Amino acid sequence: MKLNLKIWRQKNSNDKGHYEAHSVEATGDMSFLEMMDVLNEQLINDKKEPVAFEHDCREGICGSCNMVINGQPHGPQSGTTTCQLHMRHFKDGDDIVIEPARAAAFPVIKDLVVDRSSFDDIIQAGGYISVNTGQAPDGNSIPIEKDMAMQAFDAATCIGCGACVAACPNGSAMLFTSAKVAHLGLLPQGKVEHTRRVQSMVATMDKEGFGMCSNIGACEAECPKGISIENIAMLNRSYIASVFGGQK
Amino acid sequence: MADFNLRSNEPSGDLASKWTDYRGSMNLVAPNNKRNIEVIVVGTGLAGASAASTLAELGYNVKAFTFHDSPRRAHSIAAQGGINAAKNYQNDGDSTYRLFYDTIKGGDYRSRESNVHRLAEVSASIIDQCVAQGVPFAREYGGLLANRSFGGVQVSRTFYARGQTGQQLLIGAYQSLSRQIVTGQVKMHNRHEMLDLVVVDGKARGIITRNLLNGQIERHAAHCVVLATGGYGNVFYLSTNAMGSNVSAAWRSVKKGALMANPCFTQIHPTCIPVSGHYQSKLTLMSESLRNDGRVWVPKSIEDAKSIQEGKKKGIDIAEDDRDYYLERRYPAFGNLVPRDVASRAAKVACDEGKGVSQTGLAVFLDFSSAIERYGKAEAISQGISNPDITKLGEAVVEAKYGNLFEMYEKITGENPYKNPMKIYPAVHYTMGGVWVDYNLETNIPGLFALGEANFSDHGANRLGASALMQGLADGYFVIPYTIGQFLSKEIRTDKISTDLPEFAEAERGVTDRLLRLKSINGTQSVESFHRRLGHIMWEYCGMSRNAEGLKKGRQMIRELREEFYRDVFIPGDLEDYNPELEKATRVADFLELGELMMVDALDRNESCGGHFREEYKTEEGEARRDDENYTYVSAWEWNDIEPILHKEDLEFANVELKTRSYK
Repeated sequence: MKLNLKIWRQKNSNDKGHYEAHSVEATGDMSFLEMMDVLNEQLINDKKEPVAFEHDCREGICGSCNMVINGQPHGPQSGTTTCQLHMRHFKDGDDIVIEPARAAAFPVIKDLVVDRSSFDDIIQAGGYISVNTGQAPDGNSIPIEKDMAMQAFDAATCIGCGACVAACPNGSAMLFTSAKVAHLGLLPQGKVEHTRRVQSMVATMDKEGFGMCSNIGACEAECPKGISIENIAMLNRSYIASVFGGQK
Repeated sequence: MADFNLRSNEPSGDLASKWTDYRGSMNLVAPNNKRNIEVIVVGTGLAGASAASTLAELGYNVKAFTFHDSPRRAHSIAAQGGINAAKNYQNDGDSTYRLFYDTIKGGDYRSRESNVHRLAEVSASIIDQCVAQGVPFAREYGGLLANRSFGGVQVSRTFYARGQTGQQLLIGAYQSLSRQIVTGQVKMHNRHEMLDLVVVDGKARGIITRNLLNGQIERHAAHCVVLATGGYGNVFYLSTNAMGSNVSAAWRSVKKGALMANPCFTQIHPTCIPVSGHYQSKLTLMSESLRNDGRVWVPKSIEDAKSIQEGKKKGIDIAEDDRDYYLERRYPAFGNLVPRDVASRAAKVACDEGKGVSQTGLAVFLDFSSAIERYGKAEAISQGISNPDITKLGEAVVEAKYGNLFEMYEKITGENPYKNPMKIYPAVHYTMGGVWVDYNLETNIPGLFALGEANFSDHGANRLGASALMQGLADGYFVIPYTIGQFLSKEIRTDKISTDLPEFAEAERGVTDRLLRLKSINGTQSVESFHRRLGHIMWEYCGMSRNAEGLKKGRQMIRELREEFYRDVFIPGDLEDYNPELEKATRVADFLELGELMMVDALDRNESCGGHFREEYKTEEGEARRDDENYTYVSAWEWNDIEPILHKEDLEFANVELKTRSYK
């Protein structure tokens, strides 16, 4: 199949950027990124600079490959990262617009590559359980209800790709932050620091320039891992409790 | 030729108490001295992140480096199935000794007893540590931790978090690391790639990095350097590794005098999604855990296989009696759960006979229909349903166990694996070989350590499933924090290392010159095209089976390819810019040397063991034939591009008897 691509090109964060048109031949078995590889091989053979995009594991787990495809982070297939999106979901002659995952807190580095280090800053603000190596009791010393463990697991499957932020009109990182708060806060090990964690992570989120949450729900719809918006509700409850419930 | 002292430096004494005794008598660095000592950790996957965070907790000043935009992206994240630990929670006869024995046997008696025993000893603590960090392992209804079984063992000792165990463990280590970054105890350098090691007066004292955002070449100094930079499976171009996984940090160290051990020991994983086209950029693993329930088969007759290859028949069209469940037939004791090397070779044999089940003829079936029926019946009974839809009930159980893997399979292939058996084929997955290290995980360059997949030490010639996560975390959380003291306790009087030393200037100049040289070739062929060709040569001549003639030919072909690379490669973009093609070029340049060394190593080893199968050395039944008399050694290679020099570390087995590995 022949595809008409309109791709965002931007030399660096100071450059204004523009769209560039290319056409590329693809087959249905190719992943979206393999289609991009074919385009880049074409560009290199013409001695032009290839399109910069981030990718690594190509099996949907490292979270590198977020880009906005026809207006949707990771493209049209739900629950799927760009690297797992296959070209059989497109047809001959399709126009595809490819942009970086833009947000105020994700400045563009080059072409489709954005700087998501603000996510690391949020985790560093308290997205952990304070336990040094060697301090742990036996793994079975604290039984955890199976359903609770599963719920924590569901929140913990976040891959830090930033699709939620790119999808949100406010550029909010509430889904990302709440997923971590829920993952740790639901487990007995993580409850001890819950209040402190909630306040610190929310403050950092604001400081990094992420927007407010206005309950639109685009984050949940575009999340390739199906992280539930219920986590945001939990975060809001915890935050209110931490403010009005008095901090220990 | 330098005179290397290839001693394992393992403490003497009884195997079972050696590590405990050693820990009790090891040299320590006092807290006030730790404050003045700097440690560089390169790589922030499971081994690197766990090492960096633990060393920081102890009070060392850590500088950590990753080429990724965040430590959370390291390829440890992609490990699916699980992590082993000798907890014996299942009361099924597991013990530290059994885990040790299984690992030694699984590695075909080519690993070091003392290292493997230590690994088995600390395995239980890893689970405790991860649970405390909040890793959401699978649990039973009673709230206790669940286990499953993996290849090459007869107990259930694998802890897991659905098919995303690596992700959850890495996030745990990443969070620990984050906690140290915010205190300033770890200075994190994201998007920095190590391009050389700096050796001062014979000791590893720093690294030269390239800032991948702006191309700036930087010097970083410390009292010692820890490599946790993963494996080199991408030398094959197509592998289950991430696109960025590379050998460069390790290889640059080898070029500075470190030894590369057993480079030809690569693991070909039996259950991967087969290649579908020439544009293919990577291969995707289907977790070994699937072999708990999936049955591997090909049609008994070549005619049936042909019809499938031509698309006239599907797997479900082949009657039960016309299927050859070849693993169950050949290895009744372990069945579908034989170790990876055995399962991979058996798949190759079936496909070589013309019984492959894809268009290319390079695939076998992994079938869940029996499991679906078995689980469906059990569910019907436990739920008390009188007129049950067995298939539906069974599919729900299989989905709960492996849902994300089945989904991934369907996304990639467009086929529904609940209805049609999966098609799988072996692919390069892991490298047992790596930088040579002693018992302290120190290389032959004092002050240079190697952890995790980057070293060679624990898996011999074949790694058992769910043991890579175990080793990475064992090295990082529970070994290096102790053993690094053996080196650093002698360094407490050493002042902060200055980057103004001539050795740093020289190394930096070397890096700059190399980049300029590569860029100025300005040829006509892309880096990718060279990498692809290298991969073909490696797979053809140094893949699942090898022979002397092919290895010699392969070596020659790599030399020619390398020569062509330095004559005709084209790298677009600028040196002082974000330039992924340039990153790829330096990595492929290193693979072009490592590949040759792998051929040399495979040619030297005139025996078949584990993942290294030499066609000249097999039994009448086609199984691997080891030569314990002549090859019970670690091959540690000193690189030079004329003729690499072999140094041997003899392996001694005082606690296990060397036997022919049998899974029959």
